[in-house]
Amino acid sequence: MNLLDIVIAIPAIGFILALLIPRAQEQAVRMVTLVFSLAAFVLSLGLAVGYQTGQTGQQFVTNVVWIANPEIHYHVGIDGISLWLIILSTFLTPIAILLSWRYIHQQSKEFFALLLLLEFGLVGVFAAWDLFLFYVFWEIVLVPMYLLIGIWGHDRRIYAAVKFFIFTFAGSVLMLAAIIYLYNLAGTFDYALILDQLRSGHITLSHTQETFLFLAFFIAFAIKVPLFPLHTWLPDAHVEAPTAGSVMLASVMLKMGTYGLLRFCVPMFPGAARDNAPWIIILAIIGIIYGALVAMVQPNMKKLVAYSSVSHLGFVVLGIFSFTQLGLDGAVYQMLNHGISTGALFLLVGFMYERRHSLAISDYGGVATVAPWLSTVFLITTLASIGLPTLNNFIGEFLVLQGAAQANFTWSVFAALGVILSACYMLWLYQRIFYGETGEEVRHHMPDLNIREWCCIVPLIALMVWMGVYTNTFLPPVTATDANVLQQSNMNTPLRGAVTLSGGGSHAR
Amino acid sequence: MPANFMPSADDLLRFSPELILTIAGTLLMVLDPLFGKRAPRLFGHISILAFLAGIVGALGAQSVTGFSFSNLLIVDGYATFFRILVLSIGILAVLLSYKYLDRELAETGEYHALLLFCVAGQCLMVASNDLIMIFIGLEISSIATYILAGYLRNDKRNNESALKYFLLGSFATAFLLYGIAVIYGIAGSTKLDEIRTALSQPGVSTAAVAVAAALMIVGLGFKVSGAPFQMWAPDVYQGAPAPVSVFMATGPKAAAFAVFLRIFMTSFQQISSDWEPLIWISALLSMTIGNFAALTQNNLKRLMAYSAIAHAGYILVAFAARSDGGAAAVMFYLAAYALMNIGAFAVIIHICGKGEKNLRVEDLAGLGRTQPFVAALLTVFLLSLIGVPLTGGFFGKFYIFRAALQSNLVWLTVLGLLNSAVAAYYYLRFMVVMYMYEPGEVANSLEPLSPGLRAALVLPAIGTFFLGILPGAVLNFARASAVFTR
Repeated sequence: MNLLDIVIAIPAIGFILALLIPRAQEQAVRMVTLVFSLAAFVLSLGLAVGYQTGQTGQQFVTNVVWIANPEIHYHVGIDGISLWLIILSTFLTPIAILLSWRYIHQQSKEFFALLLLLEFGLVGVFAAWDLFLFYVFWEIVLVPMYLLIGIWGHDRRIYAAVKFFIFTFAGSVLMLAAIIYLYNLAGTFDYALILDQLRSGHITLSHTQETFLFLAFFIAFAIKVPLFPLHTWLPDAHVEAPTAGSVMLASVMLKMGTYGLLRFCVPMFPGAARDNAPWIIILAIIGIIYGALVAMVQPNMKKLVAYSSVSHLGFVVLGIFSFTQLGLDGAVYQMLNHGISTGALFLLVGFMYERRHSLAISDYGGVATVAPWLSTVFLITTLASIGLPTLNNFIGEFLVLQGAAQANFTWSVFAALGVILSACYMLWLYQRIFYGETGEEVRHHMPDLNIREWCCIVPLIALMVWMGVYTNTFLPPVTATDANVLQQSNMNTPLRGAVTLSGGGSHAR
Repeated sequence: MPANFMPSADDLLRFSPELILTIAGTLLMVLDPLFGKRAPRLFGHISILAFLAGIVGALGAQSVTGFSFSNLLIVDGYATFFRILVLSIGILAVLLSYKYLDRELAETGEYHALLLFCVAGQCLMVASNDLIMIFIGLEISSIATYILAGYLRNDKRNNESALKYFLLGSFATAFLLYGIAVIYGIAGSTKLDEIRTALSQPGVSTAAVAVAAALMIVGLGFKVSGAPFQMWAPDVYQGAPAPVSVFMATGPKAAAFAVFLRIFMTSFQQISSDWEPLIWISALLSMTIGNFAALTQNNLKRLMAYSAIAHAGYILVAFAARSDGGAAAVMFYLAAYALMNIGAFAVIIHICGKGEKNLRVEDLAGLGRTQPFVAALLTVFLLSLIGVPLTGGFFGKFYIFRAALQSNLVWLTVLGLLNSAVAAYYYLRFMVVMYMYEPGEVANSLEPLSPGLRAALVLPAIGTFFLGILPGAVLNFARASAVFTR
């Protein structure tokens, strides 16, 4: 049992313990869940410390048989991509718990327990190295999020929760079919062994087989990302979810999709990934621009941030399918950035909702005069989200655009429009909420940040600056792993000329 | 022909579960006039002991596997698996019935005696190597079920249910019997392995064999409520007393699937490519009709009936795979399905009240708040019915679709998996009303959970998690025993 196993196990243990505490002891439940989530976070930092950047392949590996026949392994490990996503999950869970401290009144025991179950699933998804195990964690994540939205959400919560569940579940059963199909070919669920067999030519897939398998995985991940036009569940889920749910959903859960694309789709089926890259990139660019335009006209703050997620995640998909080192690095960095800055936006929107009980932008105005600190942190977050240099998003977007330009300059031109549009909708949002006439309601119901809220937001702001200024802390493991992914998939030659917007991919194999 | 007609000790041991249940059932009939009014629970206790003894007997029989009684019976791992399954379902059915019979002030002696006879019939079925024995076992089981379905004779719904089940059931049995007659005419034997040998001789009319197989598919398809022979299920399940409904959907169904599979994998194995399309269509129809009908259904018991049809469809998918792996998947799924279905019905029985209200899904409203323990366990069973990992239902589906893909049934697999996404919608509705609605009249006026029902909830929950987290032991046994006489 190594550190990674402990990080995976702690939330599960905390979940069970929290369920065992009597219902009346609300404070005890909150404390237990907070302590467990903090413990998981602190220990997960140990992963970053112990991680050997120079080595390729996984580290902190545990590989034991779970079920003998068919052989399913508990096989976990991390590399440069999953390392930071695991830490992102463990980092945001205590924040989600803390920000719900006073907000959740009914059935609070279940609420905090489910947050830990969610964390367990998320960490597991990013650590799993056995396709079956991955699927198990993937589905585990679904249940707590469904309940979080459905029980503690806003008015249309039931519709949103069911839509969320059905969309994701429909996608993932296709993935299950593909996983079983691969198992029947390879005789194992172990991802590393399947990859070896695919690369060494031990299993040869016909063109049709490869395309269908690729699509089965791709659709499951694209729904989760969400890629246009499969994104419609996202605004509903975000708007109706309680703040903690929105934060976890935006910051970590969406990354399950992009992580899956990068971890499984591209390395296993490089040929199909190349062939299908043109239309996927077109969808990603449509998502970037469409998400930004729709965000601009939203009267509801949460919906605006939700659509901005569609736009931001389009960048990640673009980066991955540009098949360049810079594009991949930028995609991974952008996953983390989006987790931090959009998480912070949902958090701040949540704070305002707790005060004013409204999500409509028109119900605010002139907040800056009554809550100067709140407006300051909101401004920093806004600027980070736009991609101002020295803040985190800038690095990610820049790398993605540069990578995309290496592959095809037209892509980066269209994608850059998204950056400009994001400045429009975010600054306009900021202007409408914080400047202007201070209404009566706002004047009386808008106290500034309290200590608990400071504790939630400061770490996020600090990370925005840190990730924007000193990328050396974060990027080296990512770069090494990405280079490895590209090389192993025979994609280390840039795609320039090979794939163009007019289509017609070629097999590089 | 053996000269000595006295059964040997081994033969008796191989037949012991049936003997024990029959003796216990007869004993209950004798005790009924003596203690009937004074100790209504006594009969339940005796039946549980009898079922436990039956399980011990079945395990004992497993130590002397082989044919017995002139090859009429076959005790193998397959028979033992299903014997233990139907006996365990019997125990859970008794646990479900204590409170229900109490509430309805019903006679308990006959009820439990019928339950014992019914399970005895199922034990006989699953261990038969002869079509006539299968028929006798099936009839013992069915007739007891017909009576149980109409057990509360003053209740109109019970009467309707029993009558429908009886008429349609007899009709279906007639088809089965025709099939047996035709096959006897061709093969000159009713023993499964001898039929197999006879059919492999040259000069056998394949058309006649196909007719026989088709007639049997009708008869057995009815018993397992596979489409297009599923029409009776919603009406019968809705009308019957709730513990009987769930018993019908699990015990007799498991036994019927067991013989269905044994006949087709032993006797008709050589012509399997001929009957495979029929099973394929039936599987797809069952899944689709069951799931889409359940989508619009509001009555709890009817909904569960349609869901039972859909689950029969999943099992038929594994059947259509025509492999030993498929048979093992059927075995595993039937066990997982029995657990989750009984657990879900335990909740229905808990909340239905005296006179068994016609419960709608909305009547579960707020259960999560008034009785969180019950709601949490129902959630576990629902997740298992959906097929979410770490529950038995997930591994059941997984093994089924794996077997199907191994036999290259790619389209059936994709359609089946998409079907399970449709099914998620109506199971989620239960969770929606339980947790997301304000407590309604039913949730507010609940009595505390009775000990019998508590056991009938907790035991299947443990089983569901066991099959979902450590499925290896059960699956290995299933794989080792899903080997048919060749």
